Amino acid sequence: MAERPRQLFARLFGLDTALLQGVLTEALRGGGDFADVYLEARRATSLQIEENLLKESRESVSLGAGIRVLAGEQSGYAYTNDLTAEALRAAARVAAQIASGPARVNSEKLQSLTAPARYPLEQPAALADLRTKSELLFAANQAARAADARVQEVQVGWGDELRLVLIANSEGEYVDDIQPLFTFSVSVVAERNQQRQVGWKNLGMRAGMEAFTRARALGLAREAVEQAARLLEAQPAPAGELPVVLAAGASGVLLHESVGHPLEADFNRKQLSVFSGRLGEKVASALCTVIDDATLVGLRGSLNIDGEGTIPQRPTLLIQEGRLVAYLQDRLSARLMKLAPTGNGRRQDYSCIPIPRMTNTYLAAGTSQPEEILQSVSRGIYCKSFTGGQVEPAAGKFTFSMHEAYLIDEGRLTHPVKGATLIGSGIEVLNNITMVGHDLELDRGAWSCGKEGQGAPVGVGTPTVKIAKITVGGR
Amino acid sequence: MSATDMGALPDKLVRKASDLGADQSEAWLTESTQLSARVRFGQVETLTEATTRAISFRLLVGTRTARGSSSDLSWETLESLTRHALERDRLASEDSYAGLPDDSLPVPPVEGLALYDPTLERIGPQDAIARAGETERIGLALDPRVKNSSGATVRVNRGRVWGANSKGFRGSYRASGASLTLELHGRGESDGSQVTDFWYTAARSWDGLESPESVARKAVERVRRQLGARKVETQEVPVVFEPLVAAELLSDLFGAVCGEAVYLKRSFLLDARGQQVASEQVTVVDDGLLPGGLGSRPFDREGVACRRTVVIRKGVLESFLCGSYSARKLGLPLTGNGAGNGEVPGNFYLEPGNTSPAAIVKSVERGLYVTRLMGQGVNLVTGDYSRGAFGLWLERGELAYPVHEITISGNLRQMLAGVELVGNDLDFRDLFAAPTVKIASMVVAGT
Repeated sequence: MAERPRQLFARLFGLDTALLQGVLTEALRGGGDFADVYLEARRATSLQIEENLLKESRESVSLGAGIRVLAGEQSGYAYTNDLTAEALRAAARVAAQIASGPARVNSEKLQSLTAPARYPLEQPAALADLRTKSELLFAANQAARAADARVQEVQVGWGDELRLVLIANSEGEYVDDIQPLFTFSVSVVAERNQQRQVGWKNLGMRAGMEAFTRARALGLAREAVEQAARLLEAQPAPAGELPVVLAAGASGVLLHESVGHPLEADFNRKQLSVFSGRLGEKVASALCTVIDDATLVGLRGSLNIDGEGTIPQRPTLLIQEGRLVAYLQDRLSARLMKLAPTGNGRRQDYSCIPIPRMTNTYLAAGTSQPEEILQSVSRGIYCKSFTGGQVEPAAGKFTFSMHEAYLIDEGRLTHPVKGATLIGSGIEVLNNITMVGHDLELDRGAWSCGKEGQGAPVGVGTPTVKIAKITVGGR
Repeated sequence: MSATDMGALPDKLVRKASDLGADQSEAWLTESTQLSARVRFGQVETLTEATTRAISFRLLVGTRTARGSSSDLSWETLESLTRHALERDRLASEDSYAGLPDDSLPVPPVEGLALYDPTLERIGPQDAIARAGETERIGLALDPRVKNSSGATVRVNRGRVWGANSKGFRGSYRASGASLTLELHGRGESDGSQVTDFWYTAARSWDGLESPESVARKAVERVRRQLGARKVETQEVPVVFEPLVAAELLSDLFGAVCGEAVYLKRSFLLDARGQQVASEQVTVVDDGLLPGGLGSRPFDREGVACRRTVVIRKGVLESFLCGSYSARKLGLPLTGNGAGNGEVPGNFYLEPGNTSPAAIVKSVERGLYVTRLMGQGVNLVTGDYSRGAFGLWLERGELAYPVHEITISGNLRQMLAGVELVGNDLDFRDLFAAPTVKIASMVVAGT
């Protein structure tokens, strides 16, 4: 644990600063504006309980390097599992094909940067005793089965990883990071009168094993059962345009889809977003302030450095009281748009090119009381949990799918309704946000975001919010 | 490492596992060489090339299982992963259904499957860039309203799989693939709203790809027909799925007929084997041996020979797709869909009917023709279905105007039973494939 990534890669493969400098020089042999080398060593374990059995455990090791060359708007990329100097230089020559000018002399000496410490890590989960993990999982399994006689099947899963990352670039930056991540999930099937329903809860954090307590594991197991049990009573959701109240926390997936993706700089630079060219304009109700914040400690989207070695220095204010103030930038888009990088250049792993991505994205707290928000709705839907969402940034159309929701009648929650998809247009929905609660909650669920085939762990959050009208896909 | 050394690695790992005390084991090694080029407005946007390798294994002591995988192929790492797995194995539960498959059907010859195209070895960055560039250039010249582009992308991959297990299975095959995708954006003249759509072609061989002209025309046509879309009122109507989105229904169905979903009670069809679950129009097949198919392979990830399985015959659910674990658990035959853990499809498709897509459209007095779906919203435990949709409104048997920002909802069981017509236009573009399908009634939610 004490060994830093820079020490590990130097010890195992002789990849010291002089050698990486040589690889960067090779990468710029055909010119280009910028080159970087990304080295990654990842170790992960997973356990799965189903049908009361620990059916398997898995350990995976992954090792790889990605070398990138930027020339104008063009990116050349090559990656390999072979971390010998020879293989890295060969990859550098492949990445260099994108540029076709005279070699650029790379005179920047690599200067080490110190990353902040945003992952509370007493005991890395990847190094924790497997028996401890397995006992916690069995305890969660038992708790779920004991909570309700209607529970038919329980699956409890665990995954942890420790990722050692080292990045060096032609601007002389040299930085490394040790990135922990764990995921715990419970999914139950409950049955009544031959009707089955599923309930699930999960937890994802960049933190040590100490953040995963027994109380937390059992609590999530019981919540998953309660959710399934409530859904057994669910009636079909209504169909058509209705007011929707989003519960604090996981409903932040709304912001992730409607605002987050369309504010990624690559879409905006290419005029492929509804927000393209609208910096400074009012794009949402004045109640909306949206923030992306990698600096929060220990959340799933928290980062000491992004996938291109940029240190996120502060929360990025995206929308301030309805006005668009910033995009989510990686280095390429920031340079082309002549704006500052925001530390949002992320990559799934060494085989992927960095692209602008969210970290932890949330809507800032407002001033309304959550009860007052509910009472303001005569007939509508109250959404508590979600299976996810999707957006098309250019048209701004987005969906998000409710898992647990309730019908609101005269300001009060009535019966649960079955899962249904909500669909809307980003800017229209943002302007239809008419009440924002004071109860901001950052969800600790294990959210993953997909873009261009790359997955990334992210955080979402929101206070209780009222959308005056959105299409509900019930029947 | 030479190809011979590489190919010997799974066998070496299996032997090592036995030496160290495993009763059963298997190992799979994959090597993949990739090339991808994206061209936007005539300029290369990204060019990526790589060759990667990874090994994965499973071992059992008695009936307890542990697994491992690595992209670091050094013998030191692999040996230590094997030792770790044996240590962890003691924690695992005894499970009499676990283990390697018992099946001993001969593996079919690889040659007839047309999985590998040697032409692709000669396709370099310049070929990929030229093909992508030509496609985008044609697309952007077709309609003045379709002016923005996410680029055209060509992807080529060539790979090889080697497998070995402790029951004596040894197998290897090569496979390749190529694809060409174009995503375009248009702006409606009257309302200025943006429309995004795409088209793609994918095949095992370079010559199997549709032409740049054909991909470009299709992409532009898909954007153009969607310009000026509006919402419709909430109503219950017949819904026609064009092949691309009908294939998504097949993907949903696959999730409900694989053995793992059945024994974990995560399928709305778990009690339905032998029953009429769909209209008589519906025959669904999983075929792992379709020549040139994107889901074809000689054997699955457990070394079991792939085959053709009729899943639904004229509406009757005949088979669940099973790897070795599900097969033992459910007492059903192996189907060559094993993934070592759960099941993967071969080529999973809806058999074509004999109605032309035009006749299907003509049959609808008022309804929706779905061209694209969005979001999650499919609950395989209950079959409840609710997804975002784009499409064309049907009036008196004709495509009347484009619609957007709507959802379609129903229940998969009712949707399967409600299949009224199946087109004769089966279109293989993915592991999941279907012709045009008409479902008698679904709720379309709009205003």
